[in-house]
Amino acid sequence: MKILVCLSNVPDTTSKINFTDGDTKFDTNGVQFVINPNDEFGLTRAMWFKEKQGATVHVATVGEASTEPTIRKALAIGADEAIRVNAIPTDGYFVAEQLAEIVKNGEYDLVIAGRESIDYNGGMVPGILASLSGMNFVNTCISLEIEGNNATAVREIDGGKEKISTTMPLVIGGQKGLVAESDLRIPNMRGIMMARQKKLNVVEPISASKATDDVKFEKPAPKGQVKLVDADNIDELINLLHNEAKVI
Amino acid sequence: MSVLVYTESENGKFKKNAHEVASYAYEVAKQMGTTATAISINANESESLGDYGVAKVLNVSNDRLKTFNAKAFANVVGQAAQKENAKVIILSSSADTKFLAPILTAQLKAGYVPNVVSAPESTSPFQVKRTVFSNKGFAFTEITSEIKIIGVSNNAFGSSENKTTATVENFEPSLGEDLFTTKSIEIDKVVGKATIADADIVVSGGRGLKGPENWGMIEELAEVLGAATACSKPVSDLGWRPHGEHVGQTGKPVASNLYIAIGISGAIQHLAGVSSSKVKVVINTDPEAPFFKAADYGIVGDAFEVVPKLIEKLKEFKAQNA
Repeated sequence: MKILVCLSNVPDTTSKINFTDGDTKFDTNGVQFVINPNDEFGLTRAMWFKEKQGATVHVATVGEASTEPTIRKALAIGADEAIRVNAIPTDGYFVAEQLAEIVKNGEYDLVIAGRESIDYNGGMVPGILASLSGMNFVNTCISLEIEGNNATAVREIDGGKEKISTTMPLVIGGQKGLVAESDLRIPNMRGIMMARQKKLNVVEPISASKATDDVKFEKPAPKGQVKLVDADNIDELINLLHNEAKVI
Repeated sequence: MSVLVYTESENGKFKKNAHEVASYAYEVAKQMGTTATAISINANESESLGDYGVAKVLNVSNDRLKTFNAKAFANVVGQAAQKENAKVIILSSSADTKFLAPILTAQLKAGYVPNVVSAPESTSPFQVKRTVFSNKGFAFTEITSEIKIIGVSNNAFGSSENKTTATVENFEPSLGEDLFTTKSIEIDKVVGKATIADADIVVSGGRGLKGPENWGMIEELAEVLGAATACSKPVSDLGWRPHGEHVGQTGKPVASNLYIAIGISGAIQHLAGVSSSKVKVVINTDPEAPFFKAADYGIVGDAFEVVPKLIEKLKEFKAQNA
C-alpha cells in the first residue's frame, strides 16, 4: 500500500494572530510553525499502516522553502520520502490541483489530509483533491481500517458518527480520533538524523488558477468587561441571562 | 440566474440551518436583483421555505437518497445549479454539507468560501467576510470564479421571515451507479437531544470538575436548559468524555446563543473555538482564569456549589415561565 499524507504548515495553536501591510497579510513575525494538527493525526495513522501493514508513506506540502522544517519533522517521525511543491498556497483549489498532480504521478492507494487547516480553515483540499483524482472520499474521519482493497472508515457527523465502507483509491479528511492525542510522536534523535538522509523532492507548480483572494483581514473587536455575579446571587445571573442577554 | 440554496432536511423535516441558509439566499438574491431557488432532498412541506423568502423549490424525492451520501448529494445540487443556471450557491456549515461542498466545488470548478459570517460586502466584485485562523481573525475574501459557493457559518446570519409563496417543482436528477461508491453501514446518533452543531445553548465542562463521575450535574444542567453538552480538550484527551464533545480549535466550533463554561480556565485554543457563541458565561474558582476576559458574565466560585444551585434556580425559573 502506498500512502500520501498531505501536510499544511500552520501557526502553532497558541499563536497570537496579527496582520500587517495595512491588514492585507498575516504577520508571521514571532510565529512558530507546526504540522497542521489535523494532518498530524493522519500522519500518525499512516505510521501505523507502515509498521503493521508494510505501507510506504510519502508526505507532500505546497509551500515555499520556509516550510521545510515542518516536512523534515514528518520525515523524522518516519515518513519515507517527501515532496514539496515550490509555490505559495494561494487558495484551497490551487493547493488541491497541485496535490492532484502529485497523486497522478505517484499512484497512491490512500491519501490522508487533515479535514481542515487551522489557519485558513477552508476544509476543501481533501474533497477537491478526491474529485480531481477520481478517488473515493470520506471527510471528518475518526477511524480508518484497511483490508486489501477495502476500507472501513468512521466519520463524525453532527451529534454522532457514521460507519462507511468503501474501496481504494481513497482520500481521507482526517482529524483527532484517527489516533489519540497520546499516540502523537515526538521525533527522537535517531529519527532526526535519518531524516537528513531521506529524499525531499522539490517540484515546480503546475499552472492552476485560484478562485478566491483574501483582500483584507481584521481582528475581532475587543471584548467588553465581564459582569461578575456573586456566587450567592444566582437569581441575578438568571435575571441577566433572561432580561439583558435574552438567551433563556 | 437565481441564487441556489441547498436546504438540508432530516427524516423529512427541514433542519434549523435550512431556514438560516434560505434567509441568507434571499438576502443575496435581493442584492443581485434576482430570486432564491432551493434544492431540497426528501423533505416534506417544501413550500414552507417560502416563509424565508424562497421563491421556488426544486423538490427531489428519491429512495436512493434516503441516507446522506456526499458524492450523490453534491451531484444533485450540481445538477440543480446547472438547470437553474445558478452562479451563486448557498450552503450551511453542517458536517454533511461541509462534506459535500468540496465535491460540488470541483464538479462546478467553482470558488468556495466557507465560514461566512454576514451578508456579502458587495456582489460585484463578489466579496464576503469569513472567519480565519480558527476565529482569531476575519478575512474579506473576493470570489473571482464564475460560479461562487458560500458556506454560511452556523447561527451567524440567523433566520428571518420574508413571507413569499414558493412554487414547488419536482426535480428528477440522474443518479449513476458511480455516485454510490461509499456506503453507509451504520449510523450511531443521539436522538431527541440537542447537538453541539445546532443547540441554542451549550453547557461545557473542564478539568476543574475533577473526574468523569462528576458530569451528572453538567448533564442535569443541560437537560434543564435543553442544551447540548461539551467539554474542553484535556477532558476528552483524558477519556473522561467522548471526543465528539471536545470543543475548541482542534475540536468542534461552537456558535450557540449561550455557552456556559464550567471549570474551564480558557486556553487560547478553547476560546478561539467557542468565540462565535453570542453570550458566554464562566464559572470558575480562579478569578485569574483567562476565560473571565472572554466571557460576558462570570461567577467566581466552586462549581460543585454553584452548579447545583443554578440547576435548582433554573427549574424554578422554568416553572414560572412555562
